[in-house]
Amino acid sequence: MTGFAALLRKELLEQWRTTRLPVTATVFLLVGLSSPLLARFTPEILKAVASGQFQITLPTPTAADAYDQLAKNLGQFGALIAVLLAMGSVATEKERGTAALILTKPAGRGAFLVAKLLAIATTLGIATAIAATGAWFYTLVLFEPLPVAGFTVAAILQWLALVAYAAITFLGSTLTRSSLAAAGLGVAAFIVLGILSIVPTIGRYLPTGLGAPARGLALGQPGVDVLGPTFAAVVLIAVLVGGAWLAFRRQEL
Amino acid sequence: MLPTSAGPPATPGPAIEARGLSKRFGPILALDRLDLAVPRGSVFGLLGPNGAGKTTTIRILTGLARPTAGGASVAGVEVGLDEPRLHHRVGYLDQDPRFYSWMKGRELLELVGRLHGLAGSALHSRVGEMLTRTGLTAAGERRIGGYSGGMRQRLGIAQALIHEPEILFLDEPVSSLDPEGRRDLLELIAGMRGEATVVFSTHVLSDVERICDRVAILDRGRRVIEGPLEELLAAHARPIYRLVAAPGQEEAVAGLVERLRAAPWTTDVTAGAGLVRITVSDPNAAASGVLPMVVAAGVTLESFERARPTLEDVFLELVGPAAPLDLDGRGFVRPREVADR
Repeated sequence: MTGFAALLRKELLEQWRTTRLPVTATVFLLVGLSSPLLARFTPEILKAVASGQFQITLPTPTAADAYDQLAKNLGQFGALIAVLLAMGSVATEKERGTAALILTKPAGRGAFLVAKLLAIATTLGIATAIAATGAWFYTLVLFEPLPVAGFTVAAILQWLALVAYAAITFLGSTLTRSSLAAAGLGVAAFIVLGILSIVPTIGRYLPTGLGAPARGLALGQPGVDVLGPTFAAVVLIAVLVGGAWLAFRRQEL
Repeated sequence: MLPTSAGPPATPGPAIEARGLSKRFGPILALDRLDLAVPRGSVFGLLGPNGAGKTTTIRILTGLARPTAGGASVAGVEVGLDEPRLHHRVGYLDQDPRFYSWMKGRELLELVGRLHGLAGSALHSRVGEMLTRTGLTAAGERRIGGYSGGMRQRLGIAQALIHEPEILFLDEPVSSLDPEGRRDLLELIAGMRGEATVVFSTHVLSDVERICDRVAILDRGRRVIEGPLEELLAAHARPIYRLVAAPGQEEAVAGLVERLRAAPWTTDVTAGAGLVRITVSDPNAAASGVLPMVVAAGVTLESFERARPTLEDVFLELVGPAAPLDLDGRGFVRPREVADR
C-alpha cells in the first residue's frame, strides 16, 4: 500500500473540488427530507387529485411508511449515484493518462485502487448520514421519533449496500477504459441483484438483503439478524476490490 | 540528492540495462530484441524517427508497459508493472504530460513530493524551489486546467525532478516549449551530467548533439547503433563539403554537379538554391579535386567549406533516406529535403 495516505488525500480533495461530494450530499439531503414528506402527504395529494370523482381509502401514514419511502429512494437514487461516482474513477484516469502519471511514482496499484474506492465510500457515507439525519428529523416532526441507535445502524447498512454497488461498478471501471462500460456493468448488476433478491436463500446475502434488517432496526423491531447480510456485503466488496487489483496490476497504462 | 527511503542501495554497473527487449502490438513489432547499456551519470539520447520504438522503450523501462520478450533493470531494480521500488529512483516526463485539471500546480507537486516521501518544511521548500526553477511560481496557485501546453510541459519537468531522481526519463521533453523554454530545459539537462543519468528521447538531432554524450539510434524497433557521440561521428559521418555559388549561375552549377557526381571520391551530391553539398568517401582526393572542378565548370563561389560531420550525417548514413526526422525542431523534413538545404 505504498503511497496510500497521499493518494487518499488527493482522492478526497478531488471529491470536493469536482463537486461530487457537495452535489451527492445535496441530492441525498433532498431524498432524506422528501421521503417523510411524501409518506405523510401522499394520501392528501391523491385525495386532491381525485377531487371527489372517486373514493380512495388509504391507511393513515405512519413512521414506518416514512422509513420505507427513504429506503426505497436511497435504494434507487442512491444506487444510481453510486454507479455514477464509480464509473469513471479508474477508466477515466487510464484514458486521460493521469494513472500513468501517478503510477510512475512510488505508489502501489493496490493503494491507488483502495484510495479511490475509499474516497467514493466516504462521499456516499457523508451523503447517507445527511439523508438519514434529515429523514429522522422530519419523521420526528411529522410522525413520531424513531430509535436513534437503530436508525443509525440502518443508515450504515444502507450505506454498505451503496458501497457494494459502487464496488461492482469500480471493478468494471478497472477492467475497461470506458466509463460507460463500467456504468453498464453497475446497472446490469443492480438489475440482476434485484431479480436474485426474490430468492430468499440467496437474497438475504446480497446487498439488497441488507434492506430487511435495516428496516427492522430503524423501526425498533426485536430479533433482527444483522451479522449475516453485513458480513456477506463486506466479503462481496472485498472480493470486488481484490478482483480489481488482480486485473489492474497486470494492465499496461 | 534527496534521500530515498524505500529504494534499493546503488549497485555497480550500468544505470539502465535492457536485454533483448521486444514488444509486439498485434502484428506490429514495435521493439525487436533491443539491447541497451546506459552508463551512470550520462546524458543518453534515444534518437529515431517516429515509430522507431523510443516511447515504447521508455514506457517499458518506467514500468508502464510489459515487454513481450526480454527484460531490463533500472537502478538495479528489475522493471515490472507494479514496482514502487523502481519509482523511488526514477523521474519520468511523458511526451504529452497529463495532469488533474482541477488541481493547482503547487498541489500537483505536493502530491508527487508526498509520494516520494517528502513532508513538512522539506516538501514546502522543494515545491517552491521547483516552481521557481521552472518559472511557474505565480501559475502554481492556478488550476492546471488553464495552463498552456508549454506550462504543462514545465510542470511535468518540475514533477519529474522534485525528488532529485537518480535516473530521469524524458520522452520528447521540449516538444511543446518555446525557444527560451527549450534552451532552459536543455541547459538544465546538461547540468545534470555526472549527477543523474538522463535518458532523453527525441527526433530533433540538434538537441541530441547539444547535450548528449552517448546516443542510441533506433529504427523500426531495432537499435541501429549505440555509443559515445564523438565516436559515432568519427566512425560513421562521412566528410562533407559545402559550396555556395554566386547567384545567377544555374546552368554552370548544374554542370558542376554533373562533374562532381562522376568523380570516384563522391558518394552523394545534392544542389539547391545555390548550395552544393558533396559527401565524399576519400577526403584527401576531394580536397585536391573539388576546386579544380569548380574552375572547370566556370562557377564563381561565395563560400567553400569542409563541414564538421554532424549527427544528421550519421543518421542519414545509418537509417537511410526513408525515415522522417527533424533537424532543428522546426518541423518534419525528409532526408532528401535536408540534403537540399
